Amino acid sequence: MAKRAAQFPDPAEWDALRALAASIRARTLSKLPALLEALEARCSANGIRVHWAETVDDANQIVLGILRAHGATRLVKGKSMVSEEMHLNDFLEENGVESLESDLGEYIIQLDGETPSHIIMPAIHKSRQQIARLFGEKIRGAEYTEDVDALTATARRVLRRKFFEAEAGISGVNIAVAETGTLLLVENEGNGRMSTHVPPVHIALMGIEKVVEKLEDVAPILTVLTRSATGQPVSTYLNLIGGPRGPGEKDGPAEVHLVILDNGRSRIFADEEVAATLRCIRCGACMNHCPVYTRVGGHAYEAVYPGPIGSILTPQTEGLAGRHDLPHASSLCHACVEVCPVKIPITQILVTLRKESARAAPEFKVKGAGGGRDRLEDLAWAGWRMAHVSPLLYKAMGLSLRVLGPFLKGGAGPLRAWTQARTMPRRAPRTLHDFAREKGLPDA
Amino acid sequence: MTAGKPEAVYFFGTCVVDLFFPEAGLGGIELLQREGVRVVFPRGQTCCAQPAFNCGYHEEARAVARAQMALFPKPLPVVVPSGSCAGMMKHHYPDLFEGTPEHAMAVAFASRVHELTQFLVDVLGVRLTDRGGKTTVTWHSSCHGLREMGLETEPKALLAQLSNVTVVPLERERECCGFGGTFSVRYPDISAAMVADKIADVASTGAPTVLSADAACLLNIGGALEKAGAAARPMHLAEFLWQRTRER
Amino acid sequence: MPDARERILGRLRAVKPSAAPASDFSVVEAKTWSPAARLERLRAAMVAVRTEFLDATAESWPETVRAFLVTQGARRVAYGPGTAAGRLLAAACARAGAPALVPYDRPVEALKTTLFDDVDAGFTTVRSAIADTGTLVLWPSPEEPRLLSLVPPLHVALLSAATIRDTLLSVLRDEGWARGLPPNVVLVSGPSKTADIEQTLAYGVHGPKRLVVVLV
Repeated sequence: MAKRAAQFPDPAEWDALRALAASIRARTLSKLPALLEALEARCSANGIRVHWAETVDDANQIVLGILRAHGATRLVKGKSMVSEEMHLNDFLEENGVESLESDLGEYIIQLDGETPSHIIMPAIHKSRQQIARLFGEKIRGAEYTEDVDALTATARRVLRRKFFEAEAGISGVNIAVAETGTLLLVENEGNGRMSTHVPPVHIALMGIEKVVEKLEDVAPILTVLTRSATGQPVSTYLNLIGGPRGPGEKDGPAEVHLVILDNGRSRIFADEEVAATLRCIRCGACMNHCPVYTRVGGHAYEAVYPGPIGSILTPQTEGLAGRHDLPHASSLCHACVEVCPVKIPITQILVTLRKESARAAPEFKVKGAGGGRDRLEDLAWAGWRMAHVSPLLYKAMGLSLRVLGPFLKGGAGPLRAWTQARTMPRRAPRTLHDFAREKGLPDA
Repeated sequence: MTAGKPEAVYFFGTCVVDLFFPEAGLGGIELLQREGVRVVFPRGQTCCAQPAFNCGYHEEARAVARAQMALFPKPLPVVVPSGSCAGMMKHHYPDLFEGTPEHAMAVAFASRVHELTQFLVDVLGVRLTDRGGKTTVTWHSSCHGLREMGLETEPKALLAQLSNVTVVPLERERECCGFGGTFSVRYPDISAAMVADKIADVASTGAPTVLSADAACLLNIGGALEKAGAAARPMHLAEFLWQRTRER
Repeated sequence: MPDARERILGRLRAVKPSAAPASDFSVVEAKTWSPAARLERLRAAMVAVRTEFLDATAESWPETVRAFLVTQGARRVAYGPGTAAGRLLAAACARAGAPALVPYDRPVEALKTTLFDDVDAGFTTVRSAIADTGTLVLWPSPEEPRLLSLVPPLHVALLSAATIRDTLLSVLRDEGWARGLPPNVVLVSGPSKTADIEQTLAYGVHGPKRLVVVLV
């Protein structure tokens, strides 16, 4: 959090950058189908083969089809959250393809059979001792060492062989540019370049929303992305991929494929109350500043995307029936809203999801609306409504709190949850209404 | 903000102040009256409807919000001693009534809503004289006040006017106290961890009083302080300001 | 899958989304420096992430680079023989007898093992650079392939100070990138690094461990 704050020392500059980044992403959404068509046309003209997938199953099948066509069974992967959505590694494993994560953090958790706990720093939950033990146990020829440089050198050695031998490389796409048909990849380690330049086939995976209109649009987006994600002004490498190996080129893949995935995003796009969810550039700032995420960690969300963005995206792609609890795992403190570089109104969307979870109504568009319906809670709020619409009932409620107060110990349910950490609130002997009456304040 | 002092204002106490921190409401009213402003307190007022709104029960929220707006018909400022309740009325009432016949009324009503501290500083330009002895306090910023109402400099400006009061800042002043309405009982472990960090922060300042402009935070922080047997006590800024500056 | 494409686009086209606010780039456009300040800023930014600098002149750089490579123990150095700079470096190395230059003048398939296992350094030119973030613009071509700046553990890059521009935005616009890009462009801002182990910075992960900028 401090590193990110140090990257934006000037509030006026931050405001202007946010406004610019938000406008660029909003512009994307205002023209999305046209931009995707333009992207496809330019990519195709440059020799990139474009595929469209409605579901993660479709996307997995497309990837497998490409690999089979080349007889490829060993591939290296750069970091891609879309591939996590697809559970691609598991799918490929089941189909006899070795899919090796090459980003150091992803490599570590893959070695340990885990999933990422953060979208930028996937192994943030692991200590160096855990990593040292893991490498010592699982990597042939690696001795136990807790020295970070030595651990890194081991990973470099192992993965270098894999880059050399890989028959295909898979990557995500940080931003795609419709104007030029360019796929941009941001990274620090060099594994992305290795995965996309060395193997003879490169497959890039992206969600339908990850496109911008013009090449110049990438400049402000990249600035806020790297500063928000890792607190640096720039990433080590910015890789602009415009096509496969060109005429006369000595290296580069013979084939480049782009898989464009929907997986529920078009449904989000169609609902203007929640469409801003798709502005996300996957910077991670929201979770880094979330008092809930920073205490429970990413795995607690049991979802591909954790933190505030995960809490609004996951229920929308997977449906509220199974995920109605996620939007409630927030105190609505707005810390995420404050730092989001593209101004996604996250808390507003959380409330919308809570609303559409509590009941189903014809105008509710989120997948699985009413999936979180709780009859007891319906009753409670119906009672609350009565007690607050009628001044007389409100007064009666206030009186009963006074009378029952001493008996309201932390017995069960919400009261018990409250009194875990706090004493019960005590109703004041006289209310503000009482004082106002005593002071003879005018009523109207 | 409007220029010049209005002749009268409405006061919306909020349900938490009404039932649990009435001295905060009283303090607010006294501070306004001392500036020569007539304070109108509609007796039928209950709750801004934020609890139902945040939980997604918007039909119920609308019913209660509608009842509140009907009690404040004149074009007077509506002053509210809570950042979250003021934020609810100012920023969410218009959305809540979008597409309904009351939308225009909600927009007009929202434009008249002021948080108390902001009203005292920006509209009335109060000057305070400290009549109390030396003391230290610490300040919790309250998320909705801070991030929805932009309430940051005004409370500190008022505290700075009190010559015998030293404000010792919290290390994590702007971090959520963990209340979040029903969040505190739906996710009690996380909420408890958040409030535990907050009261540890309060304890490390050594201040006997933790101030906030939001009574809901005070319920949470105060309840945790008491359960932990801590020395510090919670107090609403309005009550504190009135106590420090009233003529003895 | 034409069906999927039409269904996805069909759903998207059916929506009437709100208009977006205009994009005001002035906060980025405002970032400009004098040529001297640009150089200072670039150097400081790159040094902060462990880039090394060798200062030279247009005449002296081939010998400076050659001598540097020898002192660093780089016995075999890959380069692009089809560039003017490549030819100058080759001439300097031929005169002195070391280091041995490995021309990257054939498809990688014929050179892969050498490149991965038997080359100590790679030499490339640089098209331009960005002062704002301390970034080199590499423009791979048939003469200077992509892997030169990626696979060898030491990357030596020849930068002319006169080509340093203010920001990424100014580079994109001034050089007219939107008119057409080669199959690959890469922007390099330092040696390879990671903070994935306990958020501790470690250098030389998969890309070059060392980046040396020869500044003329």
